Amino acid sequence: MSLATSPLDHAADEHAAEEHGPFAWVATVDHKRIGILYLFTSLFFFAIGGIEALVIRLQLARPNNTLVSPDTFNQLFTMHGTTMIFLVVMPTLVGFGNYVVPLMIGARDMAFPRLNAMSYWLLPFGGFLLHFSVMAGGAPAGGWFSYTPLTETPFSSTPGTDYWVLALLVLGIGSVATAINFIATILTLRAPGMTMGRLPLFVWMTFVTSILVVLALPVLNASIVMLLVDRQLDAHFFLSTGGGNAVLWQHFFWTFGHPEVYILALPAFGMISEVIPVFSRKPIFGHAFVAASTVAIAILSFGVWAHHMFAVGLGRTADVFFVVASMLIAVPTGVKIFNWIATMWGGSIRFTTSMLFATAFLIEFVIGGLSGITLAAAPIDWQVTDTYYIVAHFHYVAFGGTAFGVLAGLYYWFPKMSGRLLSERLGRWNFWLMVLGFNLTFFVQHFLGILGMPRRVFTYPDLPWWGTLNLVSTLGAGLMGLASLLLVANVLYSMRRGKLAGDNPWDAWTLEWATTSPPPHDNFSEVPPVRGRRPLWDLAHATGSTPPAQAASKPPRVLDKGAVAVWCFIASEAGFFLILIIAYVFFNLAGSEPVGPSSSNVLDVKKTAAFTACLFASSGTLWLSERSLHRDRTGPAAVWLVLTIALGAVFMVGQGSEYIGLYQRGVGVATNLFATTFFTLTGFHGLHVTAGLFVLAIALGLALSRDFRSRRFALLRAVGLYWHFVDVVWLVVFSIVYLKAGR
Amino acid sequence: MSYGPYASPFDPHSPEAAAISSLFGQTLVVCAVIGFVVTALVAVCAVRFRQGKRTGEPPQIHGHTWLEIGWTVVPLAIVIGLVVLSARAMAASDPPVNREPDLVIVGHQWWWEARYASGVVTANEIHIPVGKDLLLRIESADVVHDFWVPQLGRKIDATPGHPTFIWLQADRPDTYLGACAEYCGSEHAWMRIVVVAQTPADYRAWEQHETQPAPDPTGDAARRGLAEFRGKTCIGCHAVQGVGAQPARVAPDLTHLAERKTLGAGVLQNDPDSLARWLREPQVVKPSSHMPDLNLTDDEVNDLVAYFETLR
Repeated sequence: MSLATSPLDHAADEHAAEEHGPFAWVATVDHKRIGILYLFTSLFFFAIGGIEALVIRLQLARPNNTLVSPDTFNQLFTMHGTTMIFLVVMPTLVGFGNYVVPLMIGARDMAFPRLNAMSYWLLPFGGFLLHFSVMAGGAPAGGWFSYTPLTETPFSSTPGTDYWVLALLVLGIGSVATAINFIATILTLRAPGMTMGRLPLFVWMTFVTSILVVLALPVLNASIVMLLVDRQLDAHFFLSTGGGNAVLWQHFFWTFGHPEVYILALPAFGMISEVIPVFSRKPIFGHAFVAASTVAIAILSFGVWAHHMFAVGLGRTADVFFVVASMLIAVPTGVKIFNWIATMWGGSIRFTTSMLFATAFLIEFVIGGLSGITLAAAPIDWQVTDTYYIVAHFHYVAFGGTAFGVLAGLYYWFPKMSGRLLSERLGRWNFWLMVLGFNLTFFVQHFLGILGMPRRVFTYPDLPWWGTLNLVSTLGAGLMGLASLLLVANVLYSMRRGKLAGDNPWDAWTLEWATTSPPPHDNFSEVPPVRGRRPLWDLAHATGSTPPAQAASKPPRVLDKGAVAVWCFIASEAGFFLILIIAYVFFNLAGSEPVGPSSSNVLDVKKTAAFTACLFASSGTLWLSERSLHRDRTGPAAVWLVLTIALGAVFMVGQGSEYIGLYQRGVGVATNLFATTFFTLTGFHGLHVTAGLFVLAIALGLALSRDFRSRRFALLRAVGLYWHFVDVVWLVVFSIVYLKAGR
Repeated sequence: MSYGPYASPFDPHSPEAAAISSLFGQTLVVCAVIGFVVTALVAVCAVRFRQGKRTGEPPQIHGHTWLEIGWTVVPLAIVIGLVVLSARAMAASDPPVNREPDLVIVGHQWWWEARYASGVVTANEIHIPVGKDLLLRIESADVVHDFWVPQLGRKIDATPGHPTFIWLQADRPDTYLGACAEYCGSEHAWMRIVVVAQTPADYRAWEQHETQPAPDPTGDAARRGLAEFRGKTCIGCHAVQGVGAQPARVAPDLTHLAERKTLGAGVLQNDPDSLARWLREPQVVKPSSHMPDLNLTDDEVNDLVAYFETLR
């Protein structure tokens, strides 16, 4: 099938004509502009999160300080963490991905340009929601992992946590949409010859990260939805007073939270894997090992969450398991480090600012990784977790690692984005101030932790060395602030006055350097042939090491981007429901049945079975509709579609009548844990059925209004996959909730 | 009062803490060696392989399978060694629970309640006899807290609905500082712990003394203070053994308040002036704490201080 003729792409062409209109940046669907929007938005939030950090450091500059009140301080560190993770690092990485991934694989744009624009606009919207809390009674103050029951209504009565949840939901949906877009783009829009094995490592790591996002973010979304249900509807998921379980929140949160660490780190690893080879004038050492170690890290990241919970007291067996799993992550991470160094070894290294940041990244990230190993040893963690040692550790990973990687990437790709080089002179000042400031700020925090200073304290007693070390840390933070100002100055200055870059200022080898700087709207007038991992090197060294061209002669199998997207979406939705189902099973089937209403004494299994039959039948009718359409029989297709919608509606009426019956018997979300989990699980399923009905109705409208042939077939197939998925979820829900009750 | 030099895991004063301290030391040495090797390799690259005036491309080397295997297997071996060391330290620093607890610690926003098996109830300051391993049951009355005394061993969360246990002992008489380590809301910073380890004889004397109710106040001011303690609703939250009905334990037991070292879980030293300040403006001293500002007059404050000073 030809992707270039899809109506969305025509829309993109129309937008090309409007590139200079008054709303050019607001209405854009161009991946490059969206990438730049992401980067500037991140910079804006970086300023906010940075100022929050500086106020935190000022308050802690001396013992018993009273610059800010305890509640203000607690809001500051909550907002600082939430902002830096969700509004700065994630969007920065997505911004770079947006700009360079399509270029690096020789594509014109992302697979779904409009979805891409929507994902971006969810970012300022989410940021707005989060910050609106300040005007609505106070910012969230539960810390970025919002441990229950502190964040439940009895202990956090202001709406800060509710805005935190809503903001994260909005941002989470945007992140999943972007991740699906990246996956579809990378799988379906690669230039001829650009096999998966030849993907630049930044693209590869963005791909793996996107899979992590698709699988991990839904876990967060499901958890915060449960927290919101607790807070708004007086449910009991995480409140022990109602039988709920505070530790369950921690399990759920960190099931998301640890993969999230790699979501924040892997794309930066990808940037390092581009920058080091180019400035060492050598190909990446052990490409396959670097790529495979990324996958190993991604898989392991789902099995280590409870190392954030060693202090909970989960028992010896659990602790040992998570010690082993967490220690294992050191191995693929080490493989990366050694390959990066081996890439430099024997090279001809140019220490541009970009390469300086990449080199500092290596050492700082290793320090963060090594303190991570100490923390993976549970007994050490029992001592220094929740202290400044942890604060030092994750800032070495997230700032010394990710942020330095991003800065290497910024100095590397800025010329491509702006057509001008960042000033190397300012860059060097920027680099050395940042290295000095960062290490001053955070290295001493290891000692503070070892001297017994807990994290998240708004002040501290004047114990030996605490004041001095904190003051050093604050001075370091000041230097980091100065370095950040220099960075902004450099960007603003160089955008207008910087040295002209030309197409390929670094003499680099990946496809983005084959086009102009900045690239034209369609990216390439002609994509160079891809016969290896370094297309531009191959072009320059046409004879000799180039592999035979036959690899490109085999016509590649092109996946349908719509199908890829729907399958990814289904994977993400499955993760969401999995968490809701686990919560149901945990509270209803794993231990004793809750007191009061339960599945065995309030549910009518026979009646629901009848409605269930309708829902399953609707999958059959939808399949018949698809089949008719496939045979070009539009009339029967529409009839089957109407029947599908009718059957789905009957199911919803059935569920509605069950809800009404329960309410009349006094069973509501707040009644007990059965009711809490039952209504949340079936309610969200019902919401999905309703959404499916709307989409089916749209499909029907299209079918009735005009001819409903091949192109619409892809739409119906996508909707159909989703609809069947919703039915499968119900099959699971029905078996667990109703059939278990019938026994 | 004498504090240990630093409230640090590297100044262990119990076998449990010593096990962790030596694991920490060994692991840090291993990590330092790795860190040194990596830094040295990067430094060599930065010096030896700088482009300088070189022209032309360096040899294009794409990889080396044996090197890859090497730097996979060697770290794996190191990691396995660390896992073994960790498992041993886990057994030594967190022995299994095999009996009823000697002491129940309940975390509250923002103070610690300590209830001894002997019936003694106190707050924020825990007395233990040296050389004896006490079993502590850690609970929470509200949100998640964390009990941590670095020199004496591991920390453990106090989670509502999820009681946990740790062993606590000290090898010599001293005062050991600790704190709540899990963020628990507004006044997390002032939820500190003092552990006073005493010789067995001193400890027995302390325990014997603590089980006695508070002496009757002597002097007019103190007597007026007792009346105010009853009349100003203090008694609604705070208990003083021997004074009226035992109220709910929503605030620290004050029976032997004057003997404690700190007020407000560490926010003030315990002396008459600080006590007066605490009574006069608790929401300035410790904002958001559950101790309300009762708008006491200076006379009332002085009477209450006089009374509390008799609680020995």
